Amino acid sequence: MTVSVSLFLAFKELWRNRGRFFLVSLVIALITLLVIFLAGLGEGLAAANKEYLSNLEGELVVFQDQANLAVLSSQLSRSSMNDIRRVPGVADAGAIGTSSVFIEYPGMDPEAEPVSYSLVGVEPGHPGEPAVISGEQLAGLRANEVVIDERVAKQTNLQVGDTLTVKSTQGGIDEFYPLTVVGVTDSQQYFFQASIFVPLFTWDNVRPKPSVGNGQNELTYNIVNVQLENPADEAAMIDRLQSQVSGVEVVNVVTAYENSPGYAEQQSTLNTQRGFTLLIGVLVVGGFFQIQTLQKVGQVGMLKALGASNPLVALAAITQIVGTNMLGVTIGALATLLLALGLPSNIPIIFTGPQVVIAILTLLLIGPLGGLVSIRFLVRVEPLRALGLAS
Amino acid sequence: MKSTLATKNITKQYQLDEATITAVDNISLELFPGEFVALVGPSGSGKTSMLAMIAGLLSPTSGQIMLGGEEISQMSEAQLTAFRRRKIGFTFQSNNLVPFLNVQENVELMLRLNGRYDKEGRARAVELLQRLGLGERLNNLPSQLSGGQKQRVAIARSLIHDPDLVLADEPTASLDTTLAYQVVETFAELIHEQNRIGIMVTHDLRMCRHVDRVIQMVDGRLEGIISDRAEIEALAGLESHPTPARNGHSHGKIKQNGYIQTPTGIMTPALS
Repeated sequence: MTVSVSLFLAFKELWRNRGRFFLVSLVIALITLLVIFLAGLGEGLAAANKEYLSNLEGELVVFQDQANLAVLSSQLSRSSMNDIRRVPGVADAGAIGTSSVFIEYPGMDPEAEPVSYSLVGVEPGHPGEPAVISGEQLAGLRANEVVIDERVAKQTNLQVGDTLTVKSTQGGIDEFYPLTVVGVTDSQQYFFQASIFVPLFTWDNVRPKPSVGNGQNELTYNIVNVQLENPADEAAMIDRLQSQVSGVEVVNVVTAYENSPGYAEQQSTLNTQRGFTLLIGVLVVGGFFQIQTLQKVGQVGMLKALGASNPLVALAAITQIVGTNMLGVTIGALATLLLALGLPSNIPIIFTGPQVVIAILTLLLIGPLGGLVSIRFLVRVEPLRALGLAS
Repeated sequence: MKSTLATKNITKQYQLDEATITAVDNISLELFPGEFVALVGPSGSGKTSMLAMIAGLLSPTSGQIMLGGEEISQMSEAQLTAFRRRKIGFTFQSNNLVPFLNVQENVELMLRLNGRYDKEGRARAVELLQRLGLGERLNNLPSQLSGGQKQRVAIARSLIHDPDLVLADEPTASLDTTLAYQVVETFAELIHEQNRIGIMVTHDLRMCRHVDRVIQMVDGRLEGIISDRAEIEALAGLESHPTPARNGHSHGKIKQNGYIQTPTGIMTPALS
């Protein structure tokens, strides 16, 4: 009974003052848009930075000791790899080398700015090699083959069977290496660039470096991805690897990407912005409903004198606050969705990740949170006010 | 049978810093169904505090208030809320109607609050509003009504849920004299007809012409109860001439319990 009268009063009031409430919903919608965008941007930037690393098959990442967990500074040699593979508890390990290159491909616009991609060298059949979603995996360590990320496929229209040319500056001269696209993989951005994957020796051959072709020096690469026999053993295995292999620092995948250059700073900046925007939301909703409440103290006193209980009055107010807030969040989310459809694909925004879900849930909470003060106030209004008396 | 209202030695004191202020001083009253009384007195005489205590909005410092068998002065906050909802009808001086409900919805609100919002109730609400001359105004919002119309809506609301006690706090304060007379007359008519207890607080003695008794308060004390028709009419500024008594109240009325109800509210055993 209380509930139905509450809802009746709440919705009648909302409807008769719909202009005013809708305005607040719109403000909430704008806040929602901003918060979801920030969340999506946070997610997108994080993914652009870490996607490849976070999708690694192996649990641990081995860096060179002095590299401070920076992938590009880390240099490991084949002897380290041999040592790593001999450590008991290691199921498999794969070397990973990264660098950045420009590519040319059939049908590309000669006027267009060349786009650079992450060139990642992996060992076929070992951790670090991404699984293809179409086509074939890389055939062998020296094959002139390439697996491309679907972002690359989208941007270049390259398909399995096509040939792309890696343009690489070696010893001051531009060298061109044709590679056959054998497969397409997904979600493999690294270092803010879409990735193309080649076998490790091919990588060493084509990557930009001070001298042309295979150097005389021993092959070096950046990191090793280690897959454990027992993933639960992570902590013990980190210690074992660090003691049995000289000159390495071992961390798990999460620590590895959290230490990517700028990752933590970027995320904390975005989180601070999001936090402040949510706070503004709480204050806007709280302020509006408090003013609204102050205006109707007399009316609430009268209702209570007539016999409306505190739960009835409070429930009506909560319904209005939650309703207004939900309408705002829904409009904001839909607006974000529409806007997202119009965004070019190279803007690093992801609206499907957990951060966006958390943002929406938090946004749904700002209404009730902001309205707490006014509800407390409403409950305290004395029915005696109806007679112009109040203690 | 409707309930009788009795207050026994009720006193209300407020503590203001060091001083104790007695707003209502030891008042005993007895009011009967079908009786419309005016509670009059100057500002600060305690009439509103008195009304608030009878309404269950304010608890007395001492004394008892009984409506039928229920002792209002002993009820908890939640019990009082339910009591007001079931047993009392209100007309206030200001903030009377819910601004976002139309005329009919305002009246029906009391039915909704009491869980009696049904077809029969709605029909009664419309009927009552038509009787009060608001048949064309059912879908209007309070902001679209005149002051007199608003008070009539409030009167309909104060009666629709079949309360024992109907309380009106300065119902004519914002009305011009002609309109005020009309409102009070309609009010009196319905109270008598529906056999409820009606109490109207007013500082305007002219409004007393339609009441059965005038309870005068000064400085929190009961100054006197006027029940003589001629005296009431003199008080209300009317020519003192014989008028037929309303509902025979000034002549006393034999109640079902075998007591005679006299205009002063004193009960004496009926002679058979």
